[in-house]
Amino acid sequence: MKISINISELSRTHWYEYLSRFLFGGATTALAGIMAKRFGPGIGGLFLAFPAIFPATATLVESHERKKKQRRGGHGTLRGRKAAALDAAGASLGSFGLLVFAIVVWKLIDSIPVWATLLIATMAWLITAVCAWRIWKLC
Amino acid sequence: MTDILIRVLVGGFVVSLFSLIGDLLKPKSFAGLFGAAPSVALATITLTAIKEGHAYVAIEAYSMIWGAIAFFFYACVSTRILIRGKWSSLLVTTSALFIWGAASLGLWLALVR
Repeated sequence: MKISINISELSRTHWYEYLSRFLFGGATTALAGIMAKRFGPGIGGLFLAFPAIFPATATLVESHERKKKQRRGGHGTLRGRKAAALDAAGASLGSFGLLVFAIVVWKLIDSIPVWATLLIATMAWLITAVCAWRIWKLC
Repeated sequence: MTDILIRVLVGGFVVSLFSLIGDLLKPKSFAGLFGAAPSVALATITLTAIKEGHAYVAIEAYSMIWGAIAFFFYACVSTRILIRGKWSSLLVTTSALFIWGAASLGLWLALVR
């Protein structure tokens, strides 16, 4: 399946949906810091892999797909939820990348600068996630 | 207080950026990869490294491994429930956060502590 960029999706997203993502993401990041301060880096570190984007994205995907179907005269509820399920399947494949990101940071942070660690870890996340998706598509 | 405010702003920006990238991509399953982007980690690691040092970040990153495995369970459960089409995405993805919490804490308590 071909990967493409659909700019028109931007116009379908309302300002309050962007705001809710910003606030949820900000709150989660602050929570990770608070948990680390209160319970130590062991517990705080768990929150670095908190599903911060996924609930908002899945909800948005469902809403957009439902509205799209409704414009064509259908009900759209089931279609919306199935689209959200596909998004969730992608997120589960992306979690392999998240795991590799954590391992790379854990192994490299003491030996190279922070910016270089994050750059390598982010590249490792992207490559792993895309490879996992490609393999899933082939199966 | 300033530290929390910086985290809210940086975290909000990074999470929004990754979700925006996910919005633009097709097919949906590929866009979903960005739902598991290391957005919180990217937003906090630099701040933590400056304030607490690299050894502290290494401990956090080691714990993040268990959080990422818990994320996998969380996303798989969400997929299985959503595909049946009975409940809304909001209900499924927010209730399943308890699975992420229980799995990550359980793994950490069993294997790390």
